[in-house]
Amino acid sequence: MRWKRRRLLWRSWRSRHQLRVLSDRSGKIATGDILAVSVMRNEIARLPFFLTHYRRLGVDHFLVVDNASDDGTAELLAEQPDVSVWQTDHSYRDARFGLDWLTWLQLRYAHGHWCLMVDADEMLIYADHDTRGLQDLTAWLQGQGRIAFGAMLLDLFPKGPLSGHVHTPGQDPTEVLDWFDPGPYRARRQRPMGNLWLQGGTRERVFLADSPHRAPTLNKLPLVCWNRKFAYVNSCHALLPPRLNAAYDGPGGDAPSGILLHSKFLPETVHRAAIEKERRQHFHDPRQFAAYYDQLSDDPDLWHPDARRLGDWRHLVELGLMSAGGW
Amino acid sequence: MLVHRDLHRAKQVARHWTAAGCPVVLHVDSNVSDASFDTFRNAFADDPLVRFCARHRCEWGTWGIVAASQSASELLLGEFPDVHHVYMASGSCLPLRPVQELIDYLAARPRTDFIESVTIADVPWTVGGLDIERFTLRFPFSWKRNRRLFDRYVRLQRRLRVRRRIPDGLVPHLGSQWWCLTRQTLSAILQDPLRPRYDRFFRRVWIPDESYYQTLARRYSSDIQSRSLTLSKFDHQGKPHVFYDDHLQLLRRSDCFVARKIWPRADRLYRTFLSDKAGKMKQAEPMPGRIDRVFAKAAERRTWGRAGLYMHSRMPRPGREHGVTAAPYSVFQGFADLFTDFEPWLAKVTGAQVHGHLYAPAGAEFAGRQRHFKGSLSADRAQRDYAPQSFLTNLIWNTRGERQCFQFGPADNQAVAGLMRRDQNAQISIISGAWAVPLFRSNRNFADLRREAARLQKIESLFIADLRAVESKAKVRIWTLAEFIESPMEHLQQITEEIGTRDKNRVKEAPTMSDLTGFAQFLQNLKNQGMQPYLMGDFAADAAPLNRAEPPRKPFLVR
Repeated sequence: MRWKRRRLLWRSWRSRHQLRVLSDRSGKIATGDILAVSVMRNEIARLPFFLTHYRRLGVDHFLVVDNASDDGTAELLAEQPDVSVWQTDHSYRDARFGLDWLTWLQLRYAHGHWCLMVDADEMLIYADHDTRGLQDLTAWLQGQGRIAFGAMLLDLFPKGPLSGHVHTPGQDPTEVLDWFDPGPYRARRQRPMGNLWLQGGTRERVFLADSPHRAPTLNKLPLVCWNRKFAYVNSCHALLPPRLNAAYDGPGGDAPSGILLHSKFLPETVHRAAIEKERRQHFHDPRQFAAYYDQLSDDPDLWHPDARRLGDWRHLVELGLMSAGGW
Repeated sequence: MLVHRDLHRAKQVARHWTAAGCPVVLHVDSNVSDASFDTFRNAFADDPLVRFCARHRCEWGTWGIVAASQSASELLLGEFPDVHHVYMASGSCLPLRPVQELIDYLAARPRTDFIESVTIADVPWTVGGLDIERFTLRFPFSWKRNRRLFDRYVRLQRRLRVRRRIPDGLVPHLGSQWWCLTRQTLSAILQDPLRPRYDRFFRRVWIPDESYYQTLARRYSSDIQSRSLTLSKFDHQGKPHVFYDDHLQLLRRSDCFVARKIWPRADRLYRTFLSDKAGKMKQAEPMPGRIDRVFAKAAERRTWGRAGLYMHSRMPRPGREHGVTAAPYSVFQGFADLFTDFEPWLAKVTGAQVHGHLYAPAGAEFAGRQRHFKGSLSADRAQRDYAPQSFLTNLIWNTRGERQCFQFGPADNQAVAGLMRRDQNAQISIISGAWAVPLFRSNRNFADLRREAARLQKIESLFIADLRAVESKAKVRIWTLAEFIESPMEHLQQITEEIGTRDKNRVKEAPTMSDLTGFAQFLQNLKNQGMQPYLMGDFAADAAPLNRAEPPRKPFLVR
């Protein structure tokens, strides 16, 4: 495991040549700041609200890698006073789905900071997030001796065909996507890294009903008190060294955890599916997922009678999808 | 007031005390840099009621904190002769009620010492960690910086059975370090001729700030109220709970005078409680009980979690679940085979949600044969069999508040059997051997039937043996088919009562039983083929088929 981690760090170190600085404001980062790192590609629709949401939670600085956007994402990011942007045209897939780039940025800037790794379509929420910011959360976690905070990816979807709704850039995606599946989610631990493997949910129900073993992994460790020796292995599902994966511990109690609201199924995703299918930049074996993109292009209705309407965080705690963990 | 960080908050609070006429002596940790100490001190230059005492290094668990409070108390008692009560506070304490109310409250009780003081001999006051050993061992190493050395030294002393002698006349007491003592008691402690001896002893006691005053106050005080006027809650690790902005209403309702620990960024709390508007004269006794309940609940959930919930941050190891599933449910094996309309009958009688065979080979048979059930559970076979145990735990979790019943049988996926067996919530009723009834009524070749019967019998007898094992926690009822059909209504009555019937009266209708004429012969045929069916019990076999000629009847005699 140690050598694997070193190899990953070495890859990331090498990948720094692939990045081109667009605007570097990293000098503004002060001790104790909370950072967010992200890779983006053509996210102009989600970006304004993404920034609003995380600024409200108390992220002090964003470190973003722009992967060859052509819709103005990079320009918008470069204008922001608290965002540093790098650009690259290299393959997302070859950079371990962008992870090499981000690990490099974390190595360089995030040492000793609480660092959040999120995609543009993920919004982190946790118990009491409306009244307590990330600074409050991280200080408490640190007091508890925890240095990582886990969250589950919760797919949101609208009622009716995906393209039947209107989302204007800057609008809160949860206004359009306001339904979710309360279950079934099932977890197990994986060897040898001791990471969690949580599957289930909407995408399994609709797209992968006959092959649940290929269903997407839903657990993430997005918020970590970063050390330059750490490395994410597979998106932010698993982390090395292995002890960090024990952020979800057990044996009986509720550890604190959050939810990443996943706004993948905005109306635009329908025509993007065809593009993504051609790019073949996602999934380890893109061929297996051709059917998934085809289904998505057909503008499906993901809603069904047992879906729930998204309420506030108390509802999600009550359903057992996240936990305050004694906070 | 002991301060070691967030000086701006300490300043606010100290100002609040002095504004009400209370003198404040501040102790600033010697770890705070001189520059920030000077600015802090200068900020109070205009305040005649504020003094700064000698600075000590306050590390958690060590003597420094007691030394600091001693210096501060001496200075306070010496400089302000009018003071009659001394309140020990920290920089993260926040007065919740107007200071005047506290003054009045204490003035009405001039001889009372408010200090939590508990004998450790009787009560487990500590949350984990050491209790009496705090006094009988020596602690020269820092727990925070040299954890390994600390632990090893403790172990070594235990092995060598080292015991320190507790000075005569002292009975170890523990309690919260946020006390409020009268001038008499406090000065008696500080001016005791034996103080050097006591200090020497407590210098090597672990966490002396929770025992020094608590123990000594017992020697001098005439009236101890063993409780702290400061509200502070501790979590399962013994760390103080932090109060945030959203605890505002909770703190208000507690009617406590002072609370800690307040999160330094909780602007709203500081704004509200430090303004005079908070002064609604209530004259109420402090009622920490209300807050207690909220935090006890949070702590319980943190340590135990919610029974039957498996989620990303709650993954109990098998056997350590604290409740395998979320709610009681009933499993019926063999009933649907014996009765043709068992499902609708049970649903009608009990009002519970009655499913078919959830683990049927073709896919889950939800009530009403829906494709999806509550909690977006899919009836699809592949998804169910991918994680059969979480299928059941998910179902029970998502339908909390509604009793679930389902059919089970030897033909179903048995992967869930182990889980039900160690689940206290499972109520399993079995009519053993009833699987033979559908075979008997089917129209299949006898060779197939024989093979199938042998397979089912093997599976069912394994299942029953498992349920009868000692480790089994499920509530189990097992009848043989023969036993059951002798008085079916009685047994059904028993089962439905346990689930809870709709109306309190006895069950009036019975479900329709399959016609069993010829069943005994069917079993006999199986036996004759060498397959001994034993799970049904002793079925009163019809008379063996006759193949000799009828004996001639006795002629009637007509008289």
